[in-house]
Amino acid sequence: MSGPDKTSGEESHTAGSEETHGAQAPQGPVPPPAEPDPDENLPARLGEERLAEPVVRTGMFGLQDTPDTSGFGLLRVHRAPVLASPRPYGSYFDDIADALGRALEEAGAGSSDAIERVVADRGELTFYVRRERLPEVAAKFRDDPALRFELCTGVSGVHYPDDTDRELHAVYHLLSITHNRRVRLEATTPDADRHMPSLVGVYPACNWHERETSDLFGIIFDGHPGLTRIQMPDDWKGHPQRKDYPLGGIPVEYRGAKIPAPDERRHYS
Amino acid sequence: MTQAQTPHAAAGAGDAEAAEGRVYTVSGEDWDEVISAALQSEDFEAGERIVVNMGPQHPSTHGVLRLVLTLEGETVAEVRPAVGYLHTGIEKNMEYRTWTQGVTFCTRADYLMPIFNEAAYCFAVERLLGIEDKIPERAQIIRVLLMELNRVTSHLGGIAPMGLELGATTIYTQGTRLRERALDLLELITGLRMNHAFVRPGGVAQDLPPGALEAIRAFMDTAPRLVHDLRTLIDANPIFIGRNKGIAYLDLAGCMALGVTGPILRSTGLPWDLRKSQPYCGYETYEFDVPVVDTCDAYGRYLIRMDEMAESLRIVRQCVDRLAERGSPGPDKDPVMIRDAKIGWPARLSLGPDGLGPSPEHIKHIMGQSMEALIHHFKLVTEGFRVPAGQAYVAIESPRGELGAHVVSDGGTRPYRVHLRDPSFNHLQIVAAVCEGGQVADLIPSIASIDPVMGGVDR
Repeated sequence: MSGPDKTSGEESHTAGSEETHGAQAPQGPVPPPAEPDPDENLPARLGEERLAEPVVRTGMFGLQDTPDTSGFGLLRVHRAPVLASPRPYGSYFDDIADALGRALEEAGAGSSDAIERVVADRGELTFYVRRERLPEVAAKFRDDPALRFELCTGVSGVHYPDDTDRELHAVYHLLSITHNRRVRLEATTPDADRHMPSLVGVYPACNWHERETSDLFGIIFDGHPGLTRIQMPDDWKGHPQRKDYPLGGIPVEYRGAKIPAPDERRHYS
Repeated sequence: MTQAQTPHAAAGAGDAEAAEGRVYTVSGEDWDEVISAALQSEDFEAGERIVVNMGPQHPSTHGVLRLVLTLEGETVAEVRPAVGYLHTGIEKNMEYRTWTQGVTFCTRADYLMPIFNEAAYCFAVERLLGIEDKIPERAQIIRVLLMELNRVTSHLGGIAPMGLELGATTIYTQGTRLRERALDLLELITGLRMNHAFVRPGGVAQDLPPGALEAIRAFMDTAPRLVHDLRTLIDANPIFIGRNKGIAYLDLAGCMALGVTGPILRSTGLPWDLRKSQPYCGYETYEFDVPVVDTCDAYGRYLIRMDEMAESLRIVRQCVDRLAERGSPGPDKDPVMIRDAKIGWPARLSLGPDGLGPSPEHIKHIMGQSMEALIHHFKLVTEGFRVPAGQAYVAIESPRGELGAHVVSDGGTRPYRVHLRDPSFNHLQIVAAVCEGGQVADLIPSIASIDPVMGGVDR
C-alpha cells in the first residue's frame, strides 16, 4: 500500500474509534488540560504528538541506493526541536539558577551572555554555557557557598554533525556533596574551530577526562597541562567517537548468508 | 646483548636521543650488567635519573597498566600511568546496536563489576523512557541482590590479588575461595560468572531459577565465617600492616580536587555513599551502614572493603527474605520485566533440549494464536524500542566509587551516545599524587588500594 493511502486509512481509523468511544467525542478536538487524560499514553496519541514536531528526514530507514518502488520515499521522520525550559524549573533547580545568576552579577558579568539556555528535563538540570565563559562559570559553581559543587565527575563528549556551528558538545557533570545536588554544564564548539577552555584549573579531576574527550572527539582544550592521546596510540589518525568515523568491521558468513558489518546493517532510527 | 640504542633508529635518531636520553634495551640479560653499564655512563655522573617502564604486562599492576617511573635509587621521583592498552571501543559499538543489545557491551567494561555497569546503563535508559517508577518490585529486589553479591566478588577480586602482589599466596587462595562461592551464585542466577547481560532496560532478563533462594541461604550460612577467617588472617598481620599503613595517603581535599569517590573517599572519614545520599533501586528501604575510617591510607581502604562486604551480605539477606515472602506466583502475578508491551522483552526464556530459548508457550502464542503478538515480538526483537530524545546521567555506588552512565538519545532505536564515567579511570589520576616521593615497593599496595580495573579504565 502506498504512503498517501496509508495516511487516509489512519484518518478513517481515527474517525471509527471516535464512533466506538462515543462518550469522549463531545469533548471536541482540544481536551481540557486540567483533567488527567486516561488515553494520554495510547500509541495513537503519541503518534499525533510526533507529527507536530518538525521533519528531520524523509524516506525509508537506511535505504539510499535502491529505487523507490512502493512509495516509502514519502515517509517523514519527525523530531522534537531544541528547547529551553521556562521558569520555574521545579525541584531545587530554581535555587541553583538564582544563586548562579547572583554570583555572576556580583562578579560584574551578566549571566545572560554566559548562559545560553537552561533545560530542566527528566529531573536533571542542564546549563548551556558559552564556551569562553566556561571556566568562570565552573569556578562560581565550585566556590559560591549556595552552589558548592565540589566534585566534577568528568567530561563526556557528544558529536552532533547536523547541529551546524555547534557540532561538538562537551558535557560536564558536577556533584555537590554539601547540598547533595547534581547539575550538568554543556558547552558547544563548532567543528571548524574545535577549541574550548580547559577546566583543569578549576577541577583538576578533569585532566584525564578532557584528554579522553580530546582523543575521541578532537576537541582541543586550551590551557590543558598535557593534552595527549590517552586511549588511542599516539600516532593514531582521526577521532574514533565522532559520527563521521566508521565503526569498521567485516561481513560475517553464517549458514551461507552474509551478515554485513554492524555499521552497514539496516537500521531503523 | 646490552647496548645503548637510540629509541627510533630509523628517523631522527639524534633528536630523539636529545629528548629522551640514553635508552637501554634489555632482553633477558643480567640486570646487574645493565645497571653497571648505566652507572659507568656520563649521564649518570651528570646526575641523570633512571626511567623505568613498569608494565603494561606486569604481574603486580592489576591488568595492562603501564607505569612510567623516574627513579632516584629506590625512590620514585615521578610516576606517570599510561592507559589505553585495553581500549575496545565499547561506547562506540553501543551506538550501532539497539538499546537492549547495549547491555551486552557495557557489561564488559569493568569486568569485575558487570552487574553495576548494566544497572547504571539501564537506570539511565529507564530515566530517558520515563519508566523509573514502573519497574516491577521483584525486578528491583533481584537487581539489588545481584549488585550486592557482585560487590562482594568485586572487593574480593581486589583484595585477594593484592595479597598475591605483596607475596602472600594464602590471602589469594582464601579470598578466591569465598569469591568462587559468590560467583557460583551469580552463575546459578544469570547463567554466567561474568558478562552477564542480565539487567535489561525495564527489568531483568529472567526470574530466579528454582532452588536459587536455598542456594543463597546456604551461601549466607558460610560466607560471614569466610569473611571473618580472611580478616583474622590479614587484619593484624604485621607484614600486611607494614606494607599498607600510611601508604598512598590522600586526604579529603585531595579527594575533592581529583574527583575521588568510593572507598578511597570514605577512608578520609566522609560517609558519602550514593546508596544512602541519593538512593536508587529501593536502597532506602534496606538496612545497612556505611563503613568509614579516617586514616586516608591503603590500610584504611582495605578495612572499608572488608566492612562493606559484611554490609553487602546484610543486604543480600534482606533481599532473600523479601523474595521468600513474595513466593513465586509466576510471571503474570509478579513479573520481573515491565508490563509495557512496547518496551518489555516479549519472549520468556526457558530451558529446552537445545539450550535456552523462547518458551514453548510463547512460540505457540505468537505462531498460532495472535498475529499482533507476532508483530510485536518481531518489531521489538529486530528493531527494538524507541527512546524519546534527550540525555540522562545516572550515577550509582559501584564497589570502586561513583559509576555514572551518560546516555544520549536522538529519539531512535539505538543509543546516540553512551559514556560510562568509570571510577577506575578517574582514580588512576591520583597515582602521581600518592606515589611520588615514596619507595618503589610502596607502588604495589598503592595501586592495589586504588583497585583499578583496566577494562573499566579503557572501555
